[in-house]
Amino acid sequence: MTIKHADEYRDPEISRKILDRINNLSKKNVRLMEVCGTHTMSIFRNGIRKLIPGTISLLSGPGCPVCVTAQNEIDAFIEISRVPDTIITTFGDLMRVPGTNSSLLKERADGKDIRMVYSTFDAIEIARKNPDKRVIFLGVGFETTAPTVAASILSAREMKVENYFVYSAHKTVPQALCALMKTEGIKIDGFILPGHVSVIIGTRAYLPFFNQYQMPCVVAGFEPSDILQAILMLVEQIENKTPGLENAYTRAVSFEGNEKAVGIMNDVFEAADVAWRGIGIIPGSGLKIRNEFSDYDAMKKFEISEKDSDEPKGCACGEILTGIKTPVECPLYKKICTPVDPVGPCMVSSEGTCAAYYKYHSED
Amino acid sequence: MKTDRILLDHGSGGKISHSLTLDIMLPVFDNPMLSKLNDGAILNIGGKKFAFSTDTYVVDPIFFPGGDIGELAIYGTVNDIAMCGGSPLYLSVGLVIEEGFLISDLERIIKSMGAAAEKAGVKVVTGDTKVVPKGAVDKIFINTSGIGLIPDNVDVGCDKAVPGDKIILSGTIADHGITVLTQREGMTFTSSVRSDTAPLNHMVGKIFSSSKNVHVLRDPTRGGVGTSLNEIAEKSCAGIKIYENKIPVKNEVKGICELLGFDPLYIANEGKLLAFVSPEDADKVLSAVREDEFGKDACIIGEVVSGHPGKVFLETGIGGIRMVDMLTGEQLPRIC
Repeated sequence: MTIKHADEYRDPEISRKILDRINNLSKKNVRLMEVCGTHTMSIFRNGIRKLIPGTISLLSGPGCPVCVTAQNEIDAFIEISRVPDTIITTFGDLMRVPGTNSSLLKERADGKDIRMVYSTFDAIEIARKNPDKRVIFLGVGFETTAPTVAASILSAREMKVENYFVYSAHKTVPQALCALMKTEGIKIDGFILPGHVSVIIGTRAYLPFFNQYQMPCVVAGFEPSDILQAILMLVEQIENKTPGLENAYTRAVSFEGNEKAVGIMNDVFEAADVAWRGIGIIPGSGLKIRNEFSDYDAMKKFEISEKDSDEPKGCACGEILTGIKTPVECPLYKKICTPVDPVGPCMVSSEGTCAAYYKYHSED
Repeated sequence: MKTDRILLDHGSGGKISHSLTLDIMLPVFDNPMLSKLNDGAILNIGGKKFAFSTDTYVVDPIFFPGGDIGELAIYGTVNDIAMCGGSPLYLSVGLVIEEGFLISDLERIIKSMGAAAEKAGVKVVTGDTKVVPKGAVDKIFINTSGIGLIPDNVDVGCDKAVPGDKIILSGTIADHGITVLTQREGMTFTSSVRSDTAPLNHMVGKIFSSSKNVHVLRDPTRGGVGTSLNEIAEKSCAGIKIYENKIPVKNEVKGICELLGFDPLYIANEGKLLAFVSPEDADKVLSAVREDEFGKDACIIGEVVSGHPGKVFLETGIGGIRMVDMLTGEQLPRIC
């Protein structure tokens, strides 16, 4: 498996040229938010923060799926793993996230059957091979992964797999952008919009947001020159006072998006008001399973109570996810909260802002 | 949230594993030979220096492209002794076998161990076999221990890196970890990646013949190159700088890492070494490594610097700088 056409976007010469243009153009102090966790990691892994001029601050936004999963959802996952005769299937990132009293990793060490899968279809296969068990897939993620989870429900129905269930904690990005703009204390001059999510929903999904706020927006890919190009386009928009909704990732993202994937997602899920960690309830930002598919809805099948769970005391995840604080400003960062013993999910997920700071950022 | 149970993370070779060694093992067994926490212990017996090391192999699957658990068990201990500067001589082998295990598979593993021992030039001189009820172990676990003689003029250790040292890496990284991962249940990759399982003692012999100014040898197994460099930086109280563009990674390995969100710097190797050498001898040692059949892709990936003691920094492909921290627990595939 060779990933093709990546090296040209990592070419130091191309990056250097874009950086020169950014340096020449950037006069105003600007705060740009990369919404997506994969962007955060790429920015850190490539050392982009130290290459761009001091006039540009990059803030990490609420785009790491595990990080924005609310505490009560994590607690519900742990509760569901304790139901007898169940097998929990999940993507890897979720395993270490601490709930109020435990984590899936600890539940597994305690004997619960919790398995990491690489695709929802692996979860269906596990359900087929274990007809006497109930197999629950914990669905966490944005529009990137939601269509494949929706497709798994459609397949389960077609294949008459009756012991497969999904716990949907999916969230959608455009609604979160609107919520961010209403957050008190927020100071953002432009958004680097997610690449993977936009492949699915297309740039048109951001139009209502853009029309309402006239906020500079550029969709970006994940290689260093992709990100630098998006920063350049944002700086141009801001300096020229010409806010726009632009696309710097045209090799993957279209205006319409992937209409088939969006169709499957809308067939199975409907919008719901859900809580985001640290931000609170965002209207219409969740994807709950439609009544028509309630036989596959773990939330209904297992009557898991979504109790109110308090987020850990002192944890600044919420302010970090909205770009109000950086991890180094959190009193727990590196002192009590480390990847070995994380307090909040931003320190756990490989795409979390605190984990990125801890791993790649040095105060030296 | 502290844990009262062992988690799989405790076996990852990263920070969480270290906490087990430091908090539970070291206070009980504490002695000057153990407390160095090198790949093996260095013992003075009758005026001679010996390297002594042990390791246990639990790899799943037991047969994988490029090797098997038996070969791995021989080379792993051979390499640990070689990294202490020793010429490996004698090995012990302990087997724990699950009831129902195929005798033909056992024969295959033992034959592979025999061939590996011959290739490395060591003898298996003692052993033990236990069989346990089905489910008590996963197929077969193997422990090997070994002893080797350290030449008088050799003095290497993870605490001996000094500013100016060049860092030589003997070839491409992450081949073993990615191979084993792609063979596991649930992974549907078809890939031609092979484990790099190999004996490094002959390469170490060539290194010592080419230079007397070798300060550190380390095989970056569990936790990968990133974790090994951090251990060396910490123990030597020295800063390390490496260059992303100089670190060889096979295209296919790079592709799988991208897909899963893994950093190849933290993926296990089983046939690679890092050598820290005085700058004036770096080219000589590099040539010596490249002469070895397992060192053809060797290159200089960085150097020891006088700033930021205890920390590892990487210059990225586009010229940025970032820190390389030690691995925490096992890397988990990302969601998107």
